[in-house]
Amino acid sequence: MVDLIKRTKELLETSEVKVVIGYEQGSGNKTRALFVEKPEDADKLIFDSRCVQNLAAYVTKKEIKEKGKMAITATLPVMRSIIQLASEFQVNDSNLLVLGITPESKMIEFKNLVEVEAFVHQFQIEIDDRNKEMLDRLEKMTKAERWKFWIDELTPCFKCYACRAACPMCYCSRCTVDVNQPQWIPVSSDELGNLEWHIMRAIHLTGRCIDCDACYNACPLAIPINLLTKKMLVDAKEHFGGYQPSLKGDHLMSTYKPDDKENFIQ
Amino acid sequence: MNIDKRLVRKDSLEKLFDILKRNSKTIYAPFSKNGKTTFRNAESFATISTGYIQTTESSKDVAFPRTEKILDFSNNKDGMSVKGTDLSNLPEVILWGVRPCDAAGIGELGSIFNWDYKDEIFNNRASKVTVLGFSCNKSDEFCFCTSVGGNPGNTVGSDILFTRLGEEGDYLAEILTQKGMDVVSEAPDLFEKAETPLKDKFLAEVPVRFNHEQIREKLDKFFESEEWNKQSLRCLGCGACAYVCPTCACFDIQDEAHGKKGSRVRCWDSCGFSHFTLHTSGHNPREVQSARWRQRIMHKFSYMPERLAVYGCTGCGRCSRACPVDMNILEHLISIQEVTI
Repeated sequence: MVDLIKRTKELLETSEVKVVIGYEQGSGNKTRALFVEKPEDADKLIFDSRCVQNLAAYVTKKEIKEKGKMAITATLPVMRSIIQLASEFQVNDSNLLVLGITPESKMIEFKNLVEVEAFVHQFQIEIDDRNKEMLDRLEKMTKAERWKFWIDELTPCFKCYACRAACPMCYCSRCTVDVNQPQWIPVSSDELGNLEWHIMRAIHLTGRCIDCDACYNACPLAIPINLLTKKMLVDAKEHFGGYQPSLKGDHLMSTYKPDDKENFIQ
Repeated sequence: MNIDKRLVRKDSLEKLFDILKRNSKTIYAPFSKNGKTTFRNAESFATISTGYIQTTESSKDVAFPRTEKILDFSNNKDGMSVKGTDLSNLPEVILWGVRPCDAAGIGELGSIFNWDYKDEIFNNRASKVTVLGFSCNKSDEFCFCTSVGGNPGNTVGSDILFTRLGEEGDYLAEILTQKGMDVVSEAPDLFEKAETPLKDKFLAEVPVRFNHEQIREKLDKFFESEEWNKQSLRCLGCGACAYVCPTCACFDIQDEAHGKKGSRVRCWDSCGFSHFTLHTSGHNPREVQSARWRQRIMHKFSYMPERLAVYGCTGCGRCSRACPVDMNILEHLISIQEVTI
């Protein structure tokens, strides 16, 4: 990652950006986010296959934004998240510079988000084989079996909301689950409370989730909640022709046409 | 007091489990799923997970459930009626396979729940729990019990502490309390009176990494340190650390109503959440993550020792293992110790 380190130093020395978000070696075999603010700290930056945390979760964080213009080390999922966030007016060219990492682990610096979008659009969002197999298995289950599967998986959830915290798209300053006047979602971590939370999360992310698995990777109990968003991705493809984050912001679930062929929407 | 030490043959553990089950005891034991280990109501000995260094979740759920109904209410034509939770029928639970750092946590929780108000629900539940602790013969880089006054063979909090004498060996059983004796009396033949070796050489080695007294003194002058901001920049503000912690006791009271009736419940809460201290006025005294992270450390290593004479941390290392962004509490405590003010 010589290029990344060199470029980070330049960007900070020239004050083009105030902070560069990347990865460093963490505890044991873990890696973790690093916020480089001084050129001499750039040498701590690393990049390898263990660096899977979606760093885009930090670009909407108050404490980071306050530092000034950011640059971010962005793998393909991170770039996708950034385009989606830009379409939701959370980031723009004046506050974010993207240091892309290609699937071949090469650094590629983008002048602006339009270039990032063009790069991202070369690739389709593909669900990996292992998860495809799981979705197939779920599809083939009877309703009762599927219900049991999800009750078994979701009951252990204690609502630490690590899934929400790790997701770049969950940037609301006040989440619906935290509103209690009126209370929309039961606060209890029980069968109903957990189901409602996870279903709401999946629906809220449909047409916005870029399938990075950050939610699943963050879950301290390894609950496969990403299967819910993956299933929504598959359904979106089937019914609406697929999803690709775009700066145009023609969001799958929040836009409609008055001449829609379905009449329930009118 | 001389601790009653007995020998339990390696094949006898299963027999003990079966006898306790047959006598209608509810046994919570470690259970593995998706590569994570949590405490569940164990149906059979075979389902109990072994070989774990530490369970992913603590066992605190048994005395301090994630969701606890406090009362039921209903609004009818005669007005509002309220009925408190019946505490007379709480289950007797045997906690099986608890590590010493977890067993110690139940006592620390107890000091919080009895600080001023005596929490009846917690005390009732805790009084019905029998802790069968298992010493550690393995540890990992996240363990630091010896830095907070514990050790891998610590008897505090256990009613019986089992220590395995070698990899495939028999068990030393230290019978520590009346509840422990009650378990022995269910299966006296399995607890043999025999010459037992010292347990120390069979325990995991957990080096002391910091001095908790020094940290406590340092924290008195550390409130305004830049270190909090540095450490917490990557923290995403979830509650994973608090929810896996054996001593985190914060909760939130909620009313969950359906039509004209409902329940008041208390649910786990976490000081890491941004709205944890949000006032109705809109003011938030802990507006940034660094203030929340500071609170977490201060509470455990300064406020609790000052007010309750116990530390709010048993060194189990769960928070570091569970953290999705590698907030490593041991590393952060060491840097607090090292940083000059």
